[in-house]
Amino acid sequence: MTPPAAAAATSSRTLTFRDAVREALELELARDPRTFLMGEDIGAYGGVYKVTAGLLERFGPDRVMDTPIAEAGFVGTAVGAALAGKRPIVEIMFMDFVLVAADQLLNQAAKLRFLSGDAVRLPLTVRTQHGVGAGTGAQHSQCFEAFFAHIPGFAVAVPAFPADAKGLLAAAVRMDDPCLVVEHKALYPTKGEVPEGEYVVPFGQARIVEAGDDVTIVAYGRAVHTALAAAALLRDRDGVAADVIDLRTIVPLDRETVLGSVRRTGRLVVVHEAHRNVGVGAEIAARVGELAWSDLRAPVRRVAGLDMPVPYAQPLEAAWLPQPEDVVAAVRSVLRS
Amino acid sequence: MSSFARGVVVSNAIVAANLPVACGLALAAKQDGRATVTLAAFGDGATNQAVFHEALNLAVIWRLPVIFVCENNQYSEMTPIRTMVGVERLVDRVRGYGIATETCDGMDVEAVRAAAADAADRARGGGGPTFIEAETYRFCGHMPGDAETYRSRDEVEAWRARDPLTIARTRLATLGVGETEVAAVDDTVERRLSAALDAARAAPPPDPAAVALGASPYMEVTR
Repeated sequence: MTPPAAAAATSSRTLTFRDAVREALELELARDPRTFLMGEDIGAYGGVYKVTAGLLERFGPDRVMDTPIAEAGFVGTAVGAALAGKRPIVEIMFMDFVLVAADQLLNQAAKLRFLSGDAVRLPLTVRTQHGVGAGTGAQHSQCFEAFFAHIPGFAVAVPAFPADAKGLLAAAVRMDDPCLVVEHKALYPTKGEVPEGEYVVPFGQARIVEAGDDVTIVAYGRAVHTALAAAALLRDRDGVAADVIDLRTIVPLDRETVLGSVRRTGRLVVVHEAHRNVGVGAEIAARVGELAWSDLRAPVRRVAGLDMPVPYAQPLEAAWLPQPEDVVAAVRSVLRS
Repeated sequence: MSSFARGVVVSNAIVAANLPVACGLALAAKQDGRATVTLAAFGDGATNQAVFHEALNLAVIWRLPVIFVCENNQYSEMTPIRTMVGVERLVDRVRGYGIATETCDGMDVEAVRAAAADAADRARGGGGPTFIEAETYRFCGHMPGDAETYRSRDEVEAWRARDPLTIARTRLATLGVGETEVAAVDDTVERRLSAALDAARAAPPPDPAAVALGASPYMEVTR
């Protein structure tokens, strides 16, 4: 397995995804006095997923601000602070709640640079978490990254591993335009090697996690782990070797890495937890069709969350989610074509 | 110099969306220890948007140096505001937020100035936000083509008598300012407006090749 791109001559150690995110926040807060955090229950409580634990104690209430339950209000406030030269990092507790702040995110933050005729910059970072957890239900499990890819204005990162959770967040905070970093609630306790100290992963660089010549499997977020599990099953059962590509960022999207793989394998399956209909996978399928038609030996297949709200009960959640067996079936179908 | 550099932040086509943004500008000024006061202007209709209420509350709890100016011109687009609000005056609906309030005759420039000065002093002195309700009237329709079926000509004419310029001229006369001086101001303003209009009409249309002006680096502006 190709390790994450590491800075030269830095040591790594095992951290949870959650701790890697916190480390990035801590480093940015310490490094740049213009940064500050805002969000519900992030300060005194340390965050509902404990990502921001200890930060209020270290940096104080001016840098770690607890907000009322008022997403439109505090996201809008972050927009104004960013216009004035601050670098706010706003947490939206569940991605589902971006809908509550949708105007401030997509009519304001995404558009003010353009509406100003390039006169302003908006160095806003929004952190949120998405995905099916354990019974979080239809209104606390949604994956909306496709909205932010469809409506221009935000760069979007969806890390799958702790190192990328740290590095992509650092990159986001340093960008002068709005960035959305989407964590997955089920990934917070997962562990991985994370470089120490300053670590920045640029947006727009996908990573080939495993290499193989028979099929290309593209995924992002928790679905990368689903894809890896499927790749192991395919290897053991069918002797099939897959390129598993972790997109890492949806905007900008590293088409070159995907195309390079597809030109070699001729077969592409895209996996994501978000709904299949009109999802990121649909965009990738269309674009690969336009740019690598003569290399494709089968239609592009997508394996995704069902096109219905997420159920609550555990067996129904499992039936809703794209599972490794679903990816195996999709790969087999493109190999048969 | 861009409008932004002069302190006129981008204007907004979403009613009430500017209020939390104003809170953010005020928050930044407070964090930096700057004496800048932020002003958000909006109409009576904006007081029905959820984000209006959120912004006022945030300004209070964080003691932000921001002034919320409600220009109550009696109509929220084509609907009388009185049919859309449950209290007699808009200032009454914000009292529950613990915010300082001022009301003034929005047709009287001196009254408006006095209310704004009080609010600015409060903001600069660390006293937090103020909500100002300025009562005024909309002489024209909401937009070109507005049939104005929602009000009578008599009502419009009654308010015309309270045109801010009429009130100001009368006041200047009582202060001993001569008609020639007032006429000179009218003339200067007329010239500036005409020049601006002429310049705008004479300016060439934007070059389609520059369609991507203001697009962010990761927006792929290609067909």
